[in-house]
Amino acid sequence: MAKNTDYLEKKSLEYRKTVLEIIYNSGAGHTGGSLSCVDILNVLYNNFLEITPKNFATKNRNRYIQSKGHSVEALYTVLCDQGFFSREELNTLNNFNSHFIGHPTKKVPGIEHNTGALGHGLSVAVGLAIAQKLNKENFKIYTLLGDGELSEGSVWEACSTAHKYKLDNLVVIVDRNKLQITGKTEDVNPIEPLNEKFLSFGFNVKEIDGNNIEELISALEEVPFKTNIPNVIIANTVKGSGVSFIENQISWHHKVPSKEEFEKANLELESQLKSYE
Amino acid sequence: MSEITTGKANLEIFGETLLEEGKKNSNLIVVTSDSRGSGKIVPFGKELPDQIIEVGIAEQNLVGVCSGLAAGGKIVFGVSPASFLTARSLEQIKNDVAYSDQPVTLVGISAGISYGQLGSTHHSLHDYAVLRTINNLTIVSPADNFEASEVIRRAVSFNKPLYIRYGKKPMINLHKKGSNFEIGKASIICEGNDITIIGTGETVQRAFLASRILKEDGVNAEVISMHTIKPFDEDALIKSIKKTNCLISVEEHSIYGGLGECCASLISQAGYNTKFKILGIPDEYMINGSQADVLDHYDMSPEKISDISKSLLNQ
Ligand SMILES: Cc1ncc(C[n+]2csc(CCOP(=O)(O)OP(=O)(O)O)c2C)c(N)n1
Ligand SMILES: [Mg+2]
Repeated sequence: MAKNTDYLEKKSLEYRKTVLEIIYNSGAGHTGGSLSCVDILNVLYNNFLEITPKNFATKNRNRYIQSKGHSVEALYTVLCDQGFFSREELNTLNNFNSHFIGHPTKKVPGIEHNTGALGHGLSVAVGLAIAQKLNKENFKIYTLLGDGELSEGSVWEACSTAHKYKLDNLVVIVDRNKLQITGKTEDVNPIEPLNEKFLSFGFNVKEIDGNNIEELISALEEVPFKTNIPNVIIANTVKGSGVSFIENQISWHHKVPSKEEFEKANLELESQLKSYE
Repeated sequence: MSEITTGKANLEIFGETLLEEGKKNSNLIVVTSDSRGSGKIVPFGKELPDQIIEVGIAEQNLVGVCSGLAAGGKIVFGVSPASFLTARSLEQIKNDVAYSDQPVTLVGISAGISYGQLGSTHHSLHDYAVLRTINNLTIVSPADNFEASEVIRRAVSFNKPLYIRYGKKPMINLHKKGSNFEIGKASIICEGNDITIIGTGETVQRAFLASRILKEDGVNAEVISMHTIKPFDEDALIKSIKKTNCLISVEEHSIYGGLGECCASLISQAGYNTKFKILGIPDEYMINGSQADVLDHYDMSPEKISDISKSLLNQ
């Protein structure tokens, strides 16, 4: 059942709290990139993917591959909320011998593919999308990429294949937060003009505010944008979105909040949550 | 027993030494792939902005660009996580650096299981194995701060394809003042007649700590830092096992294709019947944990190494 905007906006705030909690408690994590894609994962899992603990073992369903594997804390948070595992299990994050580590692996229920090295997810998603076409199935393959990740040549090799095989069942989402580890994407290795690049690779491009629930819903509802053409959503996001002092800060790529920072962030999120009561 | 002093992380020393060398020589160029933070070369980038090339998250491109820069007369250091550098860019290393004989130094940062809980995508347990099979490539894995800085000073004028592997944990100082370092010549960390414990990179300190435990039990272990994996210092190992005839190898790498198998190949072909045990990461879905916990788990704690030494001696 599709959830309404209010419900999802509130969810995003709760998810942000959990992301920070698990990073703070486990002492490691990719804070900035997890916060920037929380809204995307929220809308995908609650309104579009229809991937559940019940149907996960079956083949007849949509797929989601998180190519920017380092933002695994956002993925764990949403999967936990969807009932794939308990919060107690998630709390073992980064413990010795826990399967909950700093990148997604299939040892964790609900995870489709092992990622962590950037620039792999799109090729795998293309393979899945071709298989669905060959099997005459009508499901969609979603994948999330970082914008820094787009420097990997393999991403563009996969785009060529997606175009060739007319993969309108493929939905690429770019978390366009304009930062990577060293600094701004446009300083480190410019990727603009991005829309034109995807267009010239044969994609249909939709550019939205990727931290806006309504815009995410309407873009994902429109998929496929055109028959026989692969889809890309350029989700303009804010790295660290939702916490004032984490937003847009290069240093927060994989910084872990101190006790004070954690409490301050929590207060900010709680006060935003109050407005939904 | 002498006092143990702990130095910095070898990676830290790498960054400092590279900056010193870069200041001396404006022809020295560093190439990074969104990796200057983990490579400890942010200060290099700040102080010598004209000597750093940033290619973004594109490791294959990085190695190709290094090759071209070297062909254009530059002294080149390509710096990227060991996992991506040696797996993703393997063909560029093979063709554009080694086969084409371009004098590039490739620096694999946060090697082995330095990235701990980030998991297997980030670990390099394959790099010795795959790189050893590539002709015309020297492989070095420094153990302590001394070796870490010396190898960079040598690399500047090495003029041949070179791969150096660095970990990121603070290391015990293993070398005495006035020690010598030469690529291709093993360092004897301490001498002994009963058993040889050979390590490379960050496992040497574990071997050294094991030797101290053994000493208390009256066992004199010889500890070797085989910092150069290729070319392998055969003479040093043969000389040592001639004395001890008992050997343990310790490596932060798959048990296949690394230090242990270098030793195995050498001693069996040289006709020695040495008691021998290879310690490393076995062929299984690797347990998750910090570097230290994982190494301990796979029998590479100093205590476990000393226990294994004793049982090997009693065999
Ligand atoms: C192949 C590969 N190279 C390098 C890295 C190290 N790394 C992890 S995250 C990251 C930056 C990613 O930036 P971006 O794609 O923009 O992600 P986000 O801003 O959403 O965190 C890098 C370089 C990696 N995981 N994989
Ligand atoms: Mg980014």
